[in-house]
Amino acid sequence: MRTLGRRALDWSLNAYAGLVLVYLLVPIAIVILFSFNDTNSRFNFEWQGFTLRHWEDPGGPAGLLDAMRTSVEIAAITAVAATALGTMMALALVRYRFRGRGSTNFFIFLPLAAPEVVLGASLLSLFLTVGVATGYSTIVIAHIMFCVSFVVVTVRARLIGFDRALEEAAQDLGATGLQTFRLITFPLIAPGIAAAALLAFALSVDDFVVTNFNAGDTVTFPVYIWGAARISIPPQVNVMATIIFCLSLVFMLLTVWEQRHAQKMTQTQG
Amino acid sequence: MLQRRKGLLPWLLLGPGLLWLVLFFLVPIYYMGRISLFEGSDLEGFDFTWHFQTYVDAFEAYKTQLGRSLLYAGAATAIAFVIGYPLAYVIAMRGGKYRNALLLLVILPFFTTYLVRTLAWQTILDDQSAIVDVLKTLGLVADDGRVLATTGAVVAGITYNFLPFMILPLYAAIERIDRRTLEAAYDLYANRRQVFLRVTLPMSMPGVVAGVLLTFIPAAGDFVNAELLGSPQQTMIGNVIQSRYLEVTDYPTAAALSFMLMGLLLLLVGIWAKIAGTEALMGSEAK
Repeated sequence: MRTLGRRALDWSLNAYAGLVLVYLLVPIAIVILFSFNDTNSRFNFEWQGFTLRHWEDPGGPAGLLDAMRTSVEIAAITAVAATALGTMMALALVRYRFRGRGSTNFFIFLPLAAPEVVLGASLLSLFLTVGVATGYSTIVIAHIMFCVSFVVVTVRARLIGFDRALEEAAQDLGATGLQTFRLITFPLIAPGIAAAALLAFALSVDDFVVTNFNAGDTVTFPVYIWGAARISIPPQVNVMATIIFCLSLVFMLLTVWEQRHAQKMTQTQG
Repeated sequence: MLQRRKGLLPWLLLGPGLLWLVLFFLVPIYYMGRISLFEGSDLEGFDFTWHFQTYVDAFEAYKTQLGRSLLYAGAATAIAFVIGYPLAYVIAMRGGKYRNALLLLVILPFFTTYLVRTLAWQTILDDQSAIVDVLKTLGLVADDGRVLATTGAVVAGITYNFLPFMILPLYAAIERIDRRTLEAAYDLYANRRQVFLRVTLPMSMPGVVAGVLLTFIPAAGDFVNAELLGSPQQTMIGNVIQSRYLEVTDYPTAAALSFMLMGLLLLLVGIWAKIAGTEALMGSEAK
């Protein structure tokens, strides 16, 4: 009797967890499904039959492709810059003991803890006061700012599990500091750096709140959707979202696979 | 010489990034503080007059929205905890070799754009949707009632959007618990409820603390869900800041409200840290 009750509890807990997963995934299914919706109304809310129409003409609605291109460009610049800045900071924070290390750690954590509205509004305050017109470059500035901290956290996690003996061995063999970094350190932390760059790219493409404050007349993909949400949302938005979703998934699986592979390599060698 | 170079090197590495954060995170907050003390309007021009009255006026005018933001964020955080804990527990304790795959499913929503995700909820909760019909048949929604444009819809949207922020730290904390502690409790004749309440839950507190903060803070500042899933009756403080800044160009009020939001959040985080213990808050970082 007791085991029966226990099994029922186990079963219901698993079922509950399963339901939560379904809850998490249903909206994604809706997004993908409605990219195939044969809708003619202004809003893509009601299922009206299957069509490939929107997939054949993803750039149909005026401005959508431009917005997408702007988003990808900005995300690429952001990913490169934020990853460079953040990786250097992570190296300094993990490798060196210096005065002010604790408070620097705390300071880098702050942008992660601030609500996005506050980040966006304060940055706009700066641009308004200094008299900088908002647009493409202010979006880039903003995106690098909120991505840097994420990069630091991601790369730092990789650096903490790093075997320093490998570097010492290289230096014992006469490698200079720069050579050691190029030949030993960088290849070993590269997966962490790649993961951080991907994260920065994804955060940048997805960001709406901070961008909205500092976009001026520049239209990114989320800004386009926000504008469209008040008038009409073309199903091509779902097509784009589905493409982004699939690409993110592929990249994510590739990084996971690459990390597993790297782990196996070091295990067999070590 | 070498010693000096060693002392300088970390700062050279930190320099560019720190400069960026100071210039575009810290300095902007100073300027926002300045703007919040301006007097005047966009047409006549603004003057810096230490006009603290703006804070009083802004609070009087928007205390409903301020309170509502904290209420919605609190509700969403509580619901996310109730929904998220069992899932995090099942993945950590019973996931076995499928753990990583299950975690991937948890973060999958992040792969679709935030706004598109929220618009999907618009589709799901729309008056014509099948799910709303089911809710009506079950009697959970009145026959002539609607789900979209209600408080429920906004809170549900916020909960959904920030749920992974709750689940991931919970998972990390539960996964770290040494199974032998649980076995020891069973050996000492504790039943399942006792083991959970007196061992598992207390040991997962760092995850609870982090999850609550990571969910509550962005939820309190959010305006996307209120805009897309709510009606003017669900306006949150984020909506007000957004429209005061970008539509009405009433910069001082918007800046003052941003500061009040920040202050309130800091206060709540402080109280939460007092209750939950700073060790749990900074524990994993400090080590």
